[in-house]
Amino acid sequence: MSAALQLDGLCKSFGSLRATDNVSLRVEAGECHAIIGPNGAGKTTLIGQITGEIRPDAGRIALLGTDVTHWSVPRRALSGLARSFQITQLAQGFSALDNAAFAVQARQGHSFRFLADSRKDPSLRKPALDALTQVGLADRADRLVETLSHGERRQLELAVALAMQPRILLLDEPMAGMGPEEGERMVEILRGIKRHMTIVLVEHDMDAVFALADRVSVLVAGAILKTGSPADVRSDERVRDAYLGAGSH
Amino acid sequence: MQLVLEQLLNGLQLSLTLFLLAAGLTLVFGIMGVINLAHGSLYMIGAYAGAWAAAKTGTFWLALPAGLAAAALVGAAMELLVVRRLYAREHLSQVLATFGLILFFNGFIAWSAGRSPLLMETPPQLSGFVEILPGLPYPAYRLAMMGVGVAVALGLWYMISRTRIGMLIRAGSDKREMVEALGVDIAKLFTLVFALGALLAGLAGVMVGPIRSVQVGMGEQVLITTFVVIVVGGIGSIRGAFAGALLIGMCDTLGRAFVPMLLKSWLSGPLADGLGGALSSVIIYLVMALVLIVRPRGLFPVSG
Amino acid sequence: MKLTRTGVFTIVVALAFLAVPYAATLLGSNYVITLATRVAIYAIVAVSLDMLVGRSNLVSFGHAAYFGLGGYAVAISAFHLANDVPIFGWAGTNEALIAWPLAMFVAGFGALIIGALSLRTAGVYFIMITLAFAQMLFFLFVALKYYGGDDGLSLSTRNLFAGNRITDARTFYWICLAALAICLLLSWRILNSRFGMVLRGAAASERRMAALGFPVYRYRLAAFVIAGMMAGLAGALWANQNRFVSPDMLSWVRSGEFLVMVIMGGLSSLVGPVVGAAAFLLIESYLSGWTEHWQMVFGPFVLLVAVFAPRGLWGALRGKGDV
Repeated sequence: MSAALQLDGLCKSFGSLRATDNVSLRVEAGECHAIIGPNGAGKTTLIGQITGEIRPDAGRIALLGTDVTHWSVPRRALSGLARSFQITQLAQGFSALDNAAFAVQARQGHSFRFLADSRKDPSLRKPALDALTQVGLADRADRLVETLSHGERRQLELAVALAMQPRILLLDEPMAGMGPEEGERMVEILRGIKRHMTIVLVEHDMDAVFALADRVSVLVAGAILKTGSPADVRSDERVRDAYLGAGSH
Repeated sequence: MQLVLEQLLNGLQLSLTLFLLAAGLTLVFGIMGVINLAHGSLYMIGAYAGAWAAAKTGTFWLALPAGLAAAALVGAAMELLVVRRLYAREHLSQVLATFGLILFFNGFIAWSAGRSPLLMETPPQLSGFVEILPGLPYPAYRLAMMGVGVAVALGLWYMISRTRIGMLIRAGSDKREMVEALGVDIAKLFTLVFALGALLAGLAGVMVGPIRSVQVGMGEQVLITTFVVIVVGGIGSIRGAFAGALLIGMCDTLGRAFVPMLLKSWLSGPLADGLGGALSSVIIYLVMALVLIVRPRGLFPVSG
Repeated sequence: MKLTRTGVFTIVVALAFLAVPYAATLLGSNYVITLATRVAIYAIVAVSLDMLVGRSNLVSFGHAAYFGLGGYAVAISAFHLANDVPIFGWAGTNEALIAWPLAMFVAGFGALIIGALSLRTAGVYFIMITLAFAQMLFFLFVALKYYGGDDGLSLSTRNLFAGNRITDARTFYWICLAALAICLLLSWRILNSRFGMVLRGAAASERRMAALGFPVYRYRLAAFVIAGMMAGLAGALWANQNRFVSPDMLSWVRSGEFLVMVIMGGLSSLVGPVVGAAAFLLIESYLSGWTEHWQMVFGPFVLLVAVFAPRGLWGALRGKGDV
């Protein structure tokens, strides 16, 4: 069976900086695969290449067995790749429910429908509300995005991705900027989701990573230093030197 | 053959005038992130101040400093009073505010100087022709204009790549805090850069005085051509402005000179006339469309 | 049903439009009708432009191009008819119900080509490029001496409307008002539809909408064409109102004035652009009656609006979150 996500020899340079250096990675269907690494290791560039915002200089990306290296961002999204953003990218001026409904609308096919009021369309509103319920935001459905707390916005980020009903969920630092309590809540939510979803988790918060990940890949200076179980990675000398040992985060 | 050479020179001369305008506009946008529609008004102000001074004093050599000073002063005032408030604002507000400035300046000039075009004499020292090749005389004034354009291009290149102020200009765009930490008053720097852009526009305006008529609205025609130059070259890049100016100046001049002629050898009669005129007046926009298809961010895109 | 502030103002504006012909009778002045007709036509342009600038965050500085294309489509058909060389040898082009959709088609086609190129870029590039392409069409019509060039083109009569001559200013006003009402209704429906949600969502966060699976470019291009068609209809009405078109209809100043109208009224509101169009034409007609150099006063006014009231007149009045 083909992997959920497979990267082969990805390379990307910006001028003299090798942001991604021959990265190969295989994410199996159903697993939660964490990507960790110190700041500047090239995580953002790697995510950009997986989602399609950045074109790799060399290498190949396959989603669910299909080569998507030259596909646009929307096309990858429609083929089953959902992502959350590190810095919340919600549509300001819209309610939480509207934001989730966008995702439902996208997967229902083209939106060249000009006259019917989309906010009165139960085929959009109901699945959107389900997604909000999944992350515990149902009671915030009608609140404008800008009136939500930071933690609630992070939850909404996740809800929007879930509303896409993806095959693979790419989470870009879902814990970013959260307090301990909010963080714990998010880990709980993710633990529930991970049972029936392939997840690629890019995260700084080591507690969260070790609580959720089935396997961990360590990215250092644009290259994969090690891939293995959380226990393996935790005990690896090189990883300690490069990352954990430095005592960061 | 001679005609071709002459048109090439005319194209070069137009290119260099466009470069003077594009350099200022692209500098201001690249550094301060402001789109200034009233850049063309500074060009007009330079031309009018020059024509006025020439009429009063009877000499081009006083018109030149008058035009430069007027444009630079109005530019500095514009930055201090208006543009400064627009740095953090959306492009839409910038467009609207500077559109208001254009309306004001056009109205003001029409009110104070009238709507009929002014004429400016070529300075007597430069009124003759220079035989640049045997049998090819070329107006000395236009040659001098080209010389000034080349000198400004070199000067800008030197200033930006080799001097401290150039370094600040390059840093000022994205590392505002760093520049301020160096103890540089960024507000002053911005005023200075804006005034410099205005000065270049004024220079273009005065120099163009003797070869074109000075009139209300002259600024906007050239402004839109300058936009084409910048879009083709890549916004924010002086090198792009130069390349774009060269391409657009040449295409416009050569297109106007030869497209109707070429069409006439294919077609005949009034159709060729009409089509030729229409085609040659839109040729630079077609070039822009072509560049956009191939390189949407211009020939020399600025990263980021 | 709860009446919002927006609802109240909408009704006030509608009543004002309906009252115009009676006011004209009371005042015994046909100028009121002419001015109100212009307001209605400009309002159509403003509504269409707001769909781009206000709702989609696409600052088009070349909207006059589609207005002009619509006007010229009507005038050129009439010109050929008057000179006994009707286009495709068919006299039907004098019928409004044919000529006006034709004008919309021509303007929409222009918007399709210009939009397809301009929308490859964003931000300042987009502003400059839309301006430049509009200027290209301006020069094109200046150069087309056959159709009058600089001097423009006159129409000997207005188009027939469903076979009837429209000689009465009031009748024509009602037609323009009906066109405005249709455009408003359409734009309101569109902006709340799935299509409109994509446009507005992409204005709020383009990255998000792409990541959800929306090919944003296509939706924006469709919006650009729709807005161009509405502006084309307005151009056709304008040509009929003045029985004259000239390259001035496509000039960059007019594109700028259209933007001023939309912003002055208030972006992203239904009635704001209509209020803006009315305010602009009233100010213009008042100031230009006062001095030939009215732009000297109007320019600083625009500047002040841009700096101090970016949400416009309507934006200051209406409640938050209303559509």
